[in-house]
Amino acid sequence: MNIGMKNDISMKVKNQNSIVDRFLRRLQENWRSIVIIIPFVWLLMFFLFPFFIVAKISLAEIKIASPPFTSMVEWADGGIMTIRIVFDNFLYIINDSLYINTYLNSVKIASTATVISLLLGYPIAYGIVRSGPIAKPILLFMVILPFWTSFLLRVYAWMGLLADQGTINSLLIALGFINEPIQMLYSEFAVYIGIVYTYLPFMILPLYANMEKLDSSLNEAAADLGSKPTNTFFKVTLPLTMPGVIAGSLLVFIPASGEYVIPDLLGGGNVQMIGRVLFNEFSRNTDWPVASAVAIAMLFLLVFPIIIFQHYQGKAAEGN
Amino acid sequence: MYGKRSKFLTVMLTIGMAFFYIPIILLVIYSFNYSKLVLVWGGWSTRWYKVLFESEEVWAAVNMSLKIALVNATFATILGMLAALSMVRFGKFRGRTLFGGMLVAPLVMPEVITGLSLLVMFITLKQFFGWPENRGFATITIAHITFSMAYVAVTIQARLTGMGQSLEEAAADLGAKPFKVLTAITMPRLTPALISGWLLAFTLSLDDLVIASFVSGPGANTLPILIFSRIRLGLRPDINALATIIILVVAVCIAIAALIMFRQQKRDMLDQQLAEGEK
Repeated sequence: MNIGMKNDISMKVKNQNSIVDRFLRRLQENWRSIVIIIPFVWLLMFFLFPFFIVAKISLAEIKIASPPFTSMVEWADGGIMTIRIVFDNFLYIINDSLYINTYLNSVKIASTATVISLLLGYPIAYGIVRSGPIAKPILLFMVILPFWTSFLLRVYAWMGLLADQGTINSLLIALGFINEPIQMLYSEFAVYIGIVYTYLPFMILPLYANMEKLDSSLNEAAADLGSKPTNTFFKVTLPLTMPGVIAGSLLVFIPASGEYVIPDLLGGGNVQMIGRVLFNEFSRNTDWPVASAVAIAMLFLLVFPIIIFQHYQGKAAEGN
Repeated sequence: MYGKRSKFLTVMLTIGMAFFYIPIILLVIYSFNYSKLVLVWGGWSTRWYKVLFESEEVWAAVNMSLKIALVNATFATILGMLAALSMVRFGKFRGRTLFGGMLVAPLVMPEVITGLSLLVMFITLKQFFGWPENRGFATITIAHITFSMAYVAVTIQARLTGMGQSLEEAAADLGAKPFKVLTAITMPRLTPALISGWLLAFTLSLDDLVIASFVSGPGANTLPILIFSRIRLGLRPDINALATIIILVVAVCIAIAALIMFRQQKRDMLDQQLAEGEK
């Protein structure tokens, strides 16, 4: 009896040992899984999980407490679980014209700025591609450099240019074009300048990458067959650079529509954009449920451009 | 595709570069203005640099920002490298689509949403586990790692696809085990991408205002938070001086990184030719 039990125990120990052994062996064989799991878990914890919490809060009610919202799951007497979901916050956003107008205004500003960036960025990218072997890397470096320097400081630089006593107004007055300063700072115009200035490299770089791969013999063939340069551009070059146009436009549109710093510094209180409303809703009003609902609604606005972008990214990666 | 650059393109290039650089040049010039009013010229002076160096608040913010940026860049590079290897070299695995999506999403996610969601998460964690007690260094660093690892991963992914697998295959043919191939062949060749990824994560962290504002608590100022709180009320000469220093430091770092990348690219082409020749 005794011996039997001992055997039993040693068997168990042996079993455990072999489990540990097997685990270690599997670890050695599957070091790849560890490589995958570490960043995977990090992203699940700090990227995906937070969104679920925001989604949850957007369905709660405001409460004077810390944190200032009701919990979704409550335990009533006798262990009965009740779940409260409130759609009031979304109804509030939809019924309040402030939010709808801000939404539409953000889309309008972001898309107009995207078109301006495209019109500016396309010839610049094409110009870099057409430059000689020495000028090309220098020009490319000059486009990348502002992209690396502080975004906040580059917006700040425009405050000095656009102010009433700023460089542009002083120059125009000195040249005799105007007698009194034009108010440019704290206007929609300033916000456009800020967005185009900040995001132009995001337009130029994908366009450049795309144009660089073009085969110039196609253009030559078109010219040989008697096509005029403008015709060649619209029939050959532009269609072939569409992937670059789409990638660049989305890279400008998506961050621009959620922008907070530019409308705040260059638009003052005069330009309402959704990112700014969200920020203020959160820090000033502490109405978290409504702020969370705004965030979720904003995500819906951007979900299609983001999916299109990822689709094209995936295609480009396969192409490589 | 070299070729003739038409006049129109040359004009557009000139306008573009002027548009990029004139605001920055003016910002630097005005930092040497003696006058208290930024836009009224009062003669050359380094007065505002002195004011800047004597400000304890500025030094505290610089210290905080640098610490966060260093820790962030290191962790983001490690995580981004692991993520890039998983996506490019490991073939299919369960959850790859979700993983890839989560990896690209921070690149395009509006900062306000990322900031807001991380803040509510930290508050929820505190409610249940009592951590983080105060928001500051730790919370900002975690937030920065989460979005900058995505940028690092993209940089390294591009490098991994770009450098091809011919050298790795050659090593495998000669009997090297997969782990050995990774450590002896892939990793050393990744070094320039790791360096540029690290630098990218470092500058992203130094630059971030919105996410840091959400996840920092009272009293925990990073440099951008300090700058923003000051320039919201208008132009300030000391901020011009600070901006000049930051821009100079960044420009020098980027120039060095660009040189490293350029040299490595040349060496790589040689390696590649050799490996393909021996096949």
